[in-house]
Amino acid sequence: MNWHAIWAIYVYEMKRFFRTLMESLLSPVISTTLYFVVFGAAIGSRISEVEGVSYGAFIVPGLIMLSVMTQGISNASFGIYFPKFIGTIFELLSAPVNFLEVVIGYVGAAATKALMIGVVILLTAWFFVDLRIAHPGAMLAFLILTCVSFSLFGFIIGIWAENFQQLQLIPLLVITPLVFLGGAFYSISMLPPAWQTVTLFNPVVYLVSGFRWAFFGMADVPVAASLAAIAIFTGLCLLAVYAIFRTGYRIRS
Amino acid sequence: MTAIVEVSGLTKTYKGGFQALKGVDLAIEEGEILALLGPNGAGKTTLISALCGIVQPTGGTARVGGFDVVEDYRGARAMIGLVPQEVALEPFEKVINTVRFSRGLFGYGKDEALIERILRQLSLWDKRHARIRELSGGMKRRVLIAKALCHEPRVLFLDEPTAGVDVELRRDMWDVVAELKAQGVTIILTTHYIEEAEAIADRVAVINGGQILLVEEKAALMRRMGCKELTIELTEPVAALPEALARWDLRLGAGGETLIYAYSTQGEGTGITRLLQDLSAAGLGLRDLATTQSSLEDIFVGLIKEGGA
Repeated sequence: MNWHAIWAIYVYEMKRFFRTLMESLLSPVISTTLYFVVFGAAIGSRISEVEGVSYGAFIVPGLIMLSVMTQGISNASFGIYFPKFIGTIFELLSAPVNFLEVVIGYVGAAATKALMIGVVILLTAWFFVDLRIAHPGAMLAFLILTCVSFSLFGFIIGIWAENFQQLQLIPLLVITPLVFLGGAFYSISMLPPAWQTVTLFNPVVYLVSGFRWAFFGMADVPVAASLAAIAIFTGLCLLAVYAIFRTGYRIRS
Repeated sequence: MTAIVEVSGLTKTYKGGFQALKGVDLAIEEGEILALLGPNGAGKTTLISALCGIVQPTGGTARVGGFDVVEDYRGARAMIGLVPQEVALEPFEKVINTVRFSRGLFGYGKDEALIERILRQLSLWDKRHARIRELSGGMKRRVLIAKALCHEPRVLFLDEPTAGVDVELRRDMWDVVAELKAQGVTIILTTHYIEEAEAIADRVAVINGGQILLVEEKAALMRRMGCKELTIELTEPVAALPEALARWDLRLGAGGETLIYAYSTQGEGTGITRLLQDLSAAGLGLRDLATTQSSLEDIFVGLIKEGGA
């Protein structure tokens, strides 16, 4: 294992994050604040509690998940797409590194950035609502697993993308709608029965539900199902990355 | 001398069916400077890319320092430094950080003394904290060289390193190449500037249509294939060549004031003495004599034309 190379990629990517620290952190903090104002204040005035939890606190896990997923994807996809775009990818291809080391470096950095943003949003939320975390260990585990799996997904998008428009396509057209329809701002028990069944086909429901359980001890779906969902998603991403590694898809001609 | 780069029957066919390399055989000796010459699309960059791991060969074998570039890619790539044709650098990164990054990628820990030595050698030390986008084109090229050297490679590929660079900087680069050669680094250089190959290469390989046409020691090549020309300036211009000189392969220069005689130095004699005697017998007065030798460029153009015929 070329640990120096993994560390070099990781540090290089993290430096990019710290170069634009204000932009990187400010944007999700402002978005979160807006969500609290719009959903917490406007809708929260009509829905005071959901299953014994104030509405403002109830949406916090969903908000964190939304940011962590989109940030994980955008950081990892940009991280690997940018060298392709400016041509510096030759350096990775001609270095004595294997694809696994490259993936660990880029995905590790992207997941770290997403985790940091998730923590900042959590701290921001504390300014607005009274929060309690029933299972801190599980919360951290869900958070880290989500950061890693969605960064892996972002890495795949970055390899696949041939232009900046494609880079934005999946996060905008797939992830954001899935999170909004995945119980980030409501409990699926609040939906009509038919829609509850439809919602169960949305994988994000399982992630948000598991994460929310870690906070409040209540879940829309069993925690085991949430763990299985994130394990399956991570497994699929790893398989896709392995296939890219074997074929050199869109990297090595 | 032992071969540090051994290429045997190397082929590369791209997805669209274009065959960029058609069974390339090449052996590059340790410590030499080999100039790889060829017109656009000849296969120079594909060959270098295949050796460095950027392109997957479709057939044949290539070894660097005894390591197969596909099977033992870590060993092979660890020995290689690559300066690509395009100036590909992250514009927002600082010079020193991008060099540190390259060293890390090759599996080495920090060595600030080495990086300082390389940056000083390339006149970049004062710019170490400058961002890449603030540098001139020539400096960016030097950064690429610094990145390629920071893991102390034994084989350095320079893919048109002086393209678009001014004359002064080009000569600076030649000095750097000479220093590296003195340190025992093997250098493979592709260039469009034949004078560059002529100035710094030990051997010349000519590639065209994905095939190596020739590999030869530069001086021997110039001796073997180069020819000289004697330009004879006459005291009085002539309208046509006198009949007495018909047996000589002479060309009449513009205005009839000069005669040009092409000859080889490889034969037993050049014929110059007898030619001058015949000129005198024909009643032609001589004002001056000058000789010129064909350049590597003339030889290269001749080879490419021959290969294309």
